[in-house]
Amino acid sequence: MANVTLEHVSKRFGQAEVVRDLSIDVVDREFLVLVGPSGCGKSTILRMIAGLEDASSGSISIGARLVNDVPPKDRDIAMVFQNYALYPHMNVHDNMAFGLRLRHTPKPEIERRVKQTAQMLGIDHLLGRKPKQLSGGQRQRVALGRAIVREPLVFLMDEPLSNLDAKLRVQTRAELIKLHQRLQTTVVYVTHDQVEAMTMGSRIAVLNNGELQQLASPAQIYSHPANVFVAGFIGSPGMNFLNARLIRAAGGIEVQAAGLTLRLPPALAAKAMSAPGADVILGIRPEDVRKSEADRNNAEPQAQARVEVVEHMGSELFVYLRLAEDTLTARLDPSLEVAPGDTLPVSVNPERVHLFDPQTERTLL
Amino acid sequence: MDRLWLAAAVVAGIPLLLVGYITLAEGAVSRLPGRGSGWIRPWLWLAPGLFFITVFLIYPTVGTLRLSFLGPDSTRPVGLANYVFVFTDKSMLVALRNNGLWLVLFTLLTVGLGLLVAVLTDRVRYEAAAKSLVFLPMAVSFTAASVIWKFMFDYRPPGTPQTGTLNAVLSLIPGFQPRAWLINPPLNNVFLIVAAVWVWTGFCMVILSAALKGIPSEVQEAARVDGATEWQLFWRITFPLLGSTVAVAITIMVVFALKTFDVVYVMTNGNYDTQNTAFAQYEQLFVNHDFGHAAAIGVVLLIAILPVLAFNLRRFQQQESTR
Ligand SMILES: Nc1ncnc2c1ncn2[C@@H]1O[C@H](COP(=O)(O)OP(=O)(O)OP(=O)(O)O)[C@@H](O)[C@H]1O
Ligand SMILES: [Mg+2]
Repeated sequence: MANVTLEHVSKRFGQAEVVRDLSIDVVDREFLVLVGPSGCGKSTILRMIAGLEDASSGSISIGARLVNDVPPKDRDIAMVFQNYALYPHMNVHDNMAFGLRLRHTPKPEIERRVKQTAQMLGIDHLLGRKPKQLSGGQRQRVALGRAIVREPLVFLMDEPLSNLDAKLRVQTRAELIKLHQRLQTTVVYVTHDQVEAMTMGSRIAVLNNGELQQLASPAQIYSHPANVFVAGFIGSPGMNFLNARLIRAAGGIEVQAAGLTLRLPPALAAKAMSAPGADVILGIRPEDVRKSEADRNNAEPQAQARVEVVEHMGSELFVYLRLAEDTLTARLDPSLEVAPGDTLPVSVNPERVHLFDPQTERTLL
Repeated sequence: MDRLWLAAAVVAGIPLLLVGYITLAEGAVSRLPGRGSGWIRPWLWLAPGLFFITVFLIYPTVGTLRLSFLGPDSTRPVGLANYVFVFTDKSMLVALRNNGLWLVLFTLLTVGLGLLVAVLTDRVRYEAAAKSLVFLPMAVSFTAASVIWKFMFDYRPPGTPQTGTLNAVLSLIPGFQPRAWLINPPLNNVFLIVAAVWVWTGFCMVILSAALKGIPSEVQEAARVDGATEWQLFWRITFPLLGSTVAVAITIMVVFALKTFDVVYVMTNGNYDTQNTAFAQYEQLFVNHDFGHAAAIGVVLLIAILPVLAFNLRRFQQQESTR
């Protein structure tokens, strides 16, 4: 059993509080991703779990053991550092064997594990090389290998893919997912890349300014973001936010933005009733905006939008629209022919809209 | 006044001469047909350096070598007699032994203490203050430092007030008899070495500390996470990574140990069996006016330093090739 529990953990550097009252329970064998913008405290949290940084308050336990005062070497964790941090004077084999030797693991056992891990990572032909003689991707694998041979209770990974080129990153990402499935070890993974977070995490913890914004599965985070920050951070391009008002109309509730009026479906309408005032922030994902067919006889109200910028991405098409005083990003069918300056009739899927309280920025749904 | 003019002329004249030389040489090379200039150019640039090295280094060395085979007044050849003197004279043997003592103790203490201070201060908040304190003696001249330590080790007969710091402090212990630290061999050599260590530890600390800062903190953190105690961390990660800097510090200290003169001269004036080879050389030259003996001592010192230099050169070449 290796769950990692943080309870009301705070971290201050002098005056600055970089982690604030954080409570996270990482379940055994889970792949938990910590994601957030640069400087939000992700590395600090990881370093506190590793014991490289003391928590200013709160408690941290690993596998039901309180570890606040346990030094890193006794926490049975392995960490992959952002810049690899390989031992420059040791070859790949010794880098991987170092932790095992310190633990007086029998020699044949060390050799077996190093060999097996090196084969798994495809670095067995590099065992005699020094870190200097390796490419970035190879160093990356060695750093991973050094963690894997230890067979620790918990893996901590701090942006391990950030120094790789795009292609290698995608490849290594898939390998890490496979690896986790095979090893079945608890992983806490830090990234500021939301694609990594969405594809790798069993659950995602979204952080901002040292505070936990939401902790949920990727699907849940995407479909039910807890607040404006999460909604805007997850998803690319980001969610559109429009200032709007709730209007009680005959037979339901309408959301009225400057250039667009939507009738909420009954399920959403019931929840929207809880809004304290009439003002709301309306959130629309780019893929929920579509070109409305003039001939189709549907109930969706249309809006006339002006096309400002068109981005062809090959498999998809992003169109930046102007709708009254708001801008709206739409992900459209790439076969659609539009040019800047065109007027495009658009409609929005009302089932999939998000509503946020403009004061607290929390979701109303 | 004339001297001032001469100095000014030298200061301004030599750079001018060199610039003129380079301009002329480059002009000449560029006028040569294409193929010849390829190998000639490097030699033209090297020539001034080679010239100065020949005049100020090689010529005197060869001269010393020649003198070492001649008698006291450099008029008649004496064969190996001067060298026989170096290795058989009773006082010379003591000097050689002292040099060995210096070589081992001085090097070990300066590098060891320098490393210790560098590693320990690396983890405290008042690092800058602590390091300044250790480095401070570097600002004192060797002679002044020797005078200071002479006071430290000063001795007065029992019953009279002890003006030497060490004896004064130790006299606070009941029953302590003041000691003549600098007079009783062979331990007095150790006290001379202490004075020199006081000055040079700061130097070793500074270069080792700089190297220590060059080790990425993540590498040390990775070792901690991997399960290393602070002791294992030092011996398996930090020390190996400092290796080449430690080697440099050692070679520099070895050279200093072999050529020390001022401490011996000021603190004991070479008495009480504290003379070393550099001091013996001085004595042969300026007191006994025996050029042959002095030259032979110089040659022996040079030969002793050669392996150290060779080692340094090899290191440089290795570093170049791994770059
Ligand atoms: N040792 C320190 N002393 C003072 N402030 C620090 C220290 N370490 C981190 N901080 C501050 O804490 C905040 C969080 O830092 P942290 O490294 O955890 O960010 P991060 O989320 O990992 O960012 P990135 O994605 O850029 O790596 C930052 O504002 C940083 O300036
Ligand atoms: Mg970070």
